[in-house]
Amino acid sequence: MLDGDPCAIIENEFVKPGKGQAFNRVKIRNLKTGRVLDKTFKSGDSVDAADVIDTEMQYLYNDGEFWHFMDPQSYEQQAADANAVGDARQWLKAQDNCEVTLYNGSPIGVTPPNFVELEISDTDPGLKGDTAQGGTKPATLETGAVVKVPLFLEIGELVKVDTRSGEYMSRVKK
Amino acid sequence: MNWQPSASLQVIRERARIYRQIRSFFNTRGCLEVETPVLASTTNTDVQVATIEVPGFEIPFYLQTSPEFAMKRLLAAGCGSIFQITHAFRQGEAGRLHHPEFSLLEWYRAGYDYHQLMDEMELLITTLSLHQCSFTRITYKDLFRQVMDLGVDEVTLEQLRDHCKKSVPGTNVAQLDFDQCLDLLLGVVIAPTMQGYQFVYDYPLSQAALARVREDDNNVAERFELFFDGIELANGFSELTDADEQRARFEQDNAARAQKGLPQYAIDERLLAALESGLDDCAGVALGLDRLLMVLLELDSIDQVLTFTD
Repeated sequence: MLDGDPCAIIENEFVKPGKGQAFNRVKIRNLKTGRVLDKTFKSGDSVDAADVIDTEMQYLYNDGEFWHFMDPQSYEQQAADANAVGDARQWLKAQDNCEVTLYNGSPIGVTPPNFVELEISDTDPGLKGDTAQGGTKPATLETGAVVKVPLFLEIGELVKVDTRSGEYMSRVKK
Repeated sequence: MNWQPSASLQVIRERARIYRQIRSFFNTRGCLEVETPVLASTTNTDVQVATIEVPGFEIPFYLQTSPEFAMKRLLAAGCGSIFQITHAFRQGEAGRLHHPEFSLLEWYRAGYDYHQLMDEMELLITTLSLHQCSFTRITYKDLFRQVMDLGVDEVTLEQLRDHCKKSVPGTNVAQLDFDQCLDLLLGVVIAPTMQGYQFVYDYPLSQAALARVREDDNNVAERFELFFDGIELANGFSELTDADEQRARFEQDNAARAQKGLPQYAIDERLLAALESGLDDCAGVALGLDRLLMVLLELDSIDQVLTFTD
């Protein structure tokens, strides 16, 4: 907890002269705002721990304002707002499992699976025989994400995408 | 299961080469190689050094944070100039430049002062280096003046905290004392500007550690450190040989430890008795061999030179 917000340490550099005070220079991400800031602590200083847990949940649906998730064990449901869902929204497909970050029991972040399989809902007509040239074209997927796919793919086909880079990985046989 | 060494085979061979050359350097210069215990019943009282206590004994035993006390007892026993390659241990030190167990070369020269020891150190590093090296020397005071336009002997604690606030945003400066401010500025602001091999010498008295106070300037101690591109490689002194003053510094350390809620350690009475029996003027220095290897081989992290880190 830092200045009232839950934060995650993303980098931690130990600085210590042999005969002097040790410091930890840390890069911290504010989990609520996503902002990254630099802090320097004397080694051994303590801050309050934030009640933050990452939990595996199933994505259910979006009601226009909230994205709804369910704990597959307890069937307990959580509603995440646009702020918490962030860029993950473009990869969310009903029934897929995501990692939901809960702070004091409420969602503040959503991480989609590293790989998702999604159907192409719109793209230019396939150009048969162009596979060797390795060209690409934009394709809109069922969740709204736009990725570059090979020219031979058509509407209705399933593709595997890496959500961390937003890159097309392969075609998936139905 | 990753069983492979942390260091490359080239680094492992380079370590062997520099150890061979260090031994030959000192053997031909009349310095005796010695060995002292890594495990002992006393330890350093220095507030900034955390000792690893070893369980399983009836009285406390400690992994040594430096071979300094034992080597000074050898000096008092009449060994003459001595050197040692050994391991030292510091609790909780880990990072790009730190590891809780590390290798040291420590040597003492009978009759030398700290500047003579710096001269010898230049010669040693030039011998070990694969490239031409040049060295500069600057006092602690001039270094702060040069890089930050800050006069360490005139600045107030409030001004110093302001400097820290400006130069290192995101620091709770209110809880830093004078020396902690200086440590922060040196480590975070000044060190990154330092280039090549640079000796910093004449440290403020509050950071004298085990160094003698300068006779012609009571505000500084005859202590030096060697940096390469801002990485601290070595720390040396014209050694404090006065038993009473040494006892007073140990007691100050323990008082400061009590204030900070840190463990206090029994004073090393054997060292004090050795000083009492008479220790002639000498200078000594400890050089971190892992970091020296990093610098010689132009590597970024101590993990790349440690044989194993598991």
